[in-house]
Amino acid sequence: MLRFILGRLAVLIPTFIGVSIIAFSFIRLLPGDPVMLMSGERVMSPERHAELMNQLGLDRPMYVQYLDYLGGLLTGDFGSSIVTKRPVLDDFLQLFPATLELSLCAIILAVCLGIPAGVLAAVKRGSWIDQTVMGAALVGYSMPIFWWGLLLIIFFSGYLGWTPVSGRISLLYFFPPVTGFMLIDSLLSGQAGAFKSAVTYLILPTIVLATIPLAVIARQTRSAMLEVLGEDYVRTARSKGLAPLRVVGVHALRNAMIPVITTIGLQVGVLLAGAILTETIFSWPGIGKWMVDSVFKRDYAVVQGGLMLIAGVIMLVNLIVDLLYGFINPRIRH
Amino acid sequence: MSLLEIQNLVVEFQTASGPFRAVDGVSLKVDEGEVLAIVGESGSGKSVSMLAAMGLLPWTAKVTADKLTFYGRDMQSMSDAERRKIIGKEISMIFQEPVASLNPCFTVGYQIEEVLRVHTDLDRKARRARAIELFQLVGIPNPEERLGHYPHQMSGGQCQRVMIATALACNPKLLIADEPTTALDVTIQKQILDLLMKLQAEHGMGLIMITHDMGVVAETADRVIVQYKGRKIEEADVLSLFENPKSVYTKALLSALPENAVGGRLPTITEKLTDQQIFEGAVR
Repeated sequence: MLRFILGRLAVLIPTFIGVSIIAFSFIRLLPGDPVMLMSGERVMSPERHAELMNQLGLDRPMYVQYLDYLGGLLTGDFGSSIVTKRPVLDDFLQLFPATLELSLCAIILAVCLGIPAGVLAAVKRGSWIDQTVMGAALVGYSMPIFWWGLLLIIFFSGYLGWTPVSGRISLLYFFPPVTGFMLIDSLLSGQAGAFKSAVTYLILPTIVLATIPLAVIARQTRSAMLEVLGEDYVRTARSKGLAPLRVVGVHALRNAMIPVITTIGLQVGVLLAGAILTETIFSWPGIGKWMVDSVFKRDYAVVQGGLMLIAGVIMLVNLIVDLLYGFINPRIRH
Repeated sequence: MSLLEIQNLVVEFQTASGPFRAVDGVSLKVDEGEVLAIVGESGSGKSVSMLAAMGLLPWTAKVTADKLTFYGRDMQSMSDAERRKIIGKEISMIFQEPVASLNPCFTVGYQIEEVLRVHTDLDRKARRARAIELFQLVGIPNPEERLGHYPHQMSGGQCQRVMIATALACNPKLLIADEPTTALDVTIQKQILDLLMKLQAEHGMGLIMITHDMGVVAETADRVIVQYKGRKIEEADVLSLFENPKSVYTKALLSALPENAVGGRLPTITEKLTDQQIFEGAVR
């Protein structure tokens, strides 16, 4: 098992270097530079521009800048924002819990609904249940997130008035962040109604963010289950006189979970990408919104550092998925 | 009383081009302690008729029979839950592909103890002891250690031994072996057949051996049913079948054995006989 983990960790090194090159170079491919954007509409003399570029170290050759940046990464220094001068890591750690809370709720919703829906569709193959689940999954997968989000806001917040439009918690409540997770902090604060308020603010963004992963997980579970249900060992399980629930829920599902777990892992990347749109629609103060703002400001350090940290999170999740994969599938472990 | 009695069994599958009849009016009877071989080519409906009797066919199959009883109990009128109390306990089945028939995600110990958990009142410790005893019975060395292994860590022959042990866990009255040796090496085939016959004799079980191998039939069976395209062509005790086959199809089948080949080419049945001749020459 230790060798398996070490092997997986070794693969992360080239991935890490690759991501750092992409993060470093792509933001620089965009026209404009941070100094130009800082000056706004005021005209800046070429001398002043050159001086500022020199101060920020942006006039050095590309490879020198990259090596400098890579050296910083290896010592845990992600650089500081060119605009706010705050360390990128501090901003990330402050904002990430909001994104993580939203993403976790979304993936839990997607898994808890998607897997049973996919299993049901596979077991009742060809029935109206199957048609409904697959139809809904196709609609969910095809729907643009921003449009879906707006529809939900109009209906539930505007028309029915059940949920708030944007933010993380009602302005009536204030407490200092402890964990950064609003659900936990609201409980810790001990203020009556705070937790309920946090939940109502979380409902719509969670549904919006969960929609695509939910559709993908349901479809993947259905196809994996259909394949597994035709396997010889499922027939053996039935020939033992086991109850259908046990045959499907234990013998078939455990095997079908192998591709589904991989899909769930891949959806984490989709979630973080989806978080950018969802956070923008619901004014959710997470890293998605932070990254979008930084791209517009050509804040090289934040975009680079943010991308590296997001990539790190995705790599970590994939590592966990690989380990889970080994846990579920003994053929990999042994 | 017969163990299993089937009269006029018909199995139809719904396909895109209409219903397909896989089993057409098969009747058979197995008594306690008897070994019945069902022999026929691929697609002759041997396995399907037995899967139908156990209720293991997919929902696309339509099964009808004038009579389908196990130990006098009508299997057609009983509920699924009642049938599940019989299969795995009183009737067990082993299959052609032993490695694929075991779940790759669970240890073989889990899979054998699972049957005991469902059908007996044994506690965890007693189930473990019974599993060890069963592994010893089917000749798996180091049973304590082997119980913790996964199917992919065992050979095909070992996996078939595990399947046999699982099938025997609750001392069934009837064991259905669906081509139990087809997927195995020749030397292992012999070992598994010998094991099955030894256990059958020791436990006094009824045994239905589904096979396409006349050698297996000759070595194991008391009585033989020959099937072709879902229909029963001939039924006879093993000696009369080999010495004096009545139907034209059985004669052709026996003359098609490799050891009866003359010259470089093996004889085939369909070259000599049409379906009409086969069905007209059937002796049921």
